[in-house]
Amino acid sequence: MKGNEAFAEAAIRAGADGYFGYPITPQSEVMEYLMAEKPHERTGMVVLQAESEVAAINMVYGGAACGKRVLTSSSSPGISLKQEGISYIAGAELPCVILNVVRGGPGLGTIQPSQSDYFQSTKGGGHGDYRMIVLAPSSVQEMADFARLGFDLAFKYRNPVLVLSDGAIGQMMEKVELDEQRPRFTEEEIIKNTPWATTGKTKDRERNIITSLDLDSAKQELHNHALQAKYKLMQEQETRFEMISCEDADYLIVAYGTSARISQKAVDLLRAEGIRVGLLRPITLFPFPTEIISKLADQVKGILTVEMSAGQMIEDVKLAVGCRVKVEHFGRMGGIIPSPTEVVEAMKTKIIGG
Amino acid sequence: MTEEIIIAGFGGQGVLSMGKILAYSGVMGNKEVSWMPSYGPEMRGGTANVTVIISDERISSPIINQFDTAIILNQQSMDKFEKSVKPGGLLIYDPNGITHHPQRQDINIYQIEAADEAASMGLTKVFNMVVLGGFLKLKPIIQSEFIRKGLEKSLPKRHHGLIPENEKAIEKGKEIIKSVHQLN
Repeated sequence: MKGNEAFAEAAIRAGADGYFGYPITPQSEVMEYLMAEKPHERTGMVVLQAESEVAAINMVYGGAACGKRVLTSSSSPGISLKQEGISYIAGAELPCVILNVVRGGPGLGTIQPSQSDYFQSTKGGGHGDYRMIVLAPSSVQEMADFARLGFDLAFKYRNPVLVLSDGAIGQMMEKVELDEQRPRFTEEEIIKNTPWATTGKTKDRERNIITSLDLDSAKQELHNHALQAKYKLMQEQETRFEMISCEDADYLIVAYGTSARISQKAVDLLRAEGIRVGLLRPITLFPFPTEIISKLADQVKGILTVEMSAGQMIEDVKLAVGCRVKVEHFGRMGGIIPSPTEVVEAMKTKIIGG
Repeated sequence: MTEEIIIAGFGGQGVLSMGKILAYSGVMGNKEVSWMPSYGPEMRGGTANVTVIISDERISSPIINQFDTAIILNQQSMDKFEKSVKPGGLLIYDPNGITHHPQRQDINIYQIEAADEAASMGLTKVFNMVVLGGFLKLKPIIQSEFIRKGLEKSLPKRHHGLIPENEKAIEKGKEIIKSVHQLN
């Protein structure tokens, strides 16, 4: 299965109630697969092609406000269009899953893979002090796994979850094991599980109002404090990463997504030459695995970050490391995917020999 | 066992589907596989290529720049990928439409006149299966029972009637592939 198709199938099986999207390469297979699969016949899930990205994200806003499991997907330029809605959803504290199959930018850029949306994803692409949990799949299997995990985390924290993929993982095929079908929530379950949702006022409770607006600054500040406390809790509880060959490593590569796969091969090549290199792969980009990188900085002589960008995640790595060891970036831009041998070369010239 | 393969040619030659059949056959044979296509402008009328990796172990990078085998089906792809074959590796090409034949001395080179063969079979569409047969003759990494299962999996049900023709083409490919340059 292609990564995009695996994500789509996993969303159905995660018990999603609705998908709203607008086509853009390289993620169009998500909606194509859903349309062909007719989940309204399988589970009752709605799949709708909206008139624009802006409409799609606001349909997600509406669905989420009703306590439904809803999602959307797009690629970089389309995700930029959705930012206003994402900020509103974060402000209104609603759960949803958003998939970004990143392509090179800026602007319309290219349709080839890139990782240049890291800042937008982790630092808040829309306005206001908000954060999303950002999951970075590096295989087709994780495209499937993170659709379900995304919904679970979104509902746990009443917060949007972004799955930050890229054109390579979206388009490639690998083996994938899918979870069993999970039933959609019934109306009764929604009322019980999400008492905040706009499910229709009953006599025994106040009205539920979903909004991101509060003109009373004192109350708005309290709301912001509550949001920040929630983001801190995410940092304490949801940080995820994978360590490969780090136990005896003298040097470290930090990379996520497609770059992590390429870097894993580079680690093998370097180890074949007798150079002990490890790979730290952040699985959550927010919350970022700061603590483990800080710990590894005491062990290794230098760190290379590999990203398909001009170097964005490197800022978070540097914050974790301080000035204890050298941290350098290697990457390609504009839709070019670096090869494992280029990463090997960069490790030798920028870190080991540098 | 790990076999890293690039298949490259014109869009419409069945490059991607050949890779897909190979990948699905690998899955059926319980191997680890990855299938990474070129997509985008080149797929819409120019050259198309796909990287297929078949391995007994977990595959690290699905994106590579050095290949054990390059299967080359047009001149542009020859220009681009002849140099990407690992020393001691394998290059298979259809001479049809090739003006600059491969020059490398440090790899094994084979020709397969698949386009002509498919035409004489009266089934130009099985061209890619003739090529696949040639590859499997030289690198029997997947047993034929799994190739059949791979065909069943990757062809839509309405085309399952064509599976015997595809298998015949694979067998033909095994017969007609011939060595051009052989390492000692």
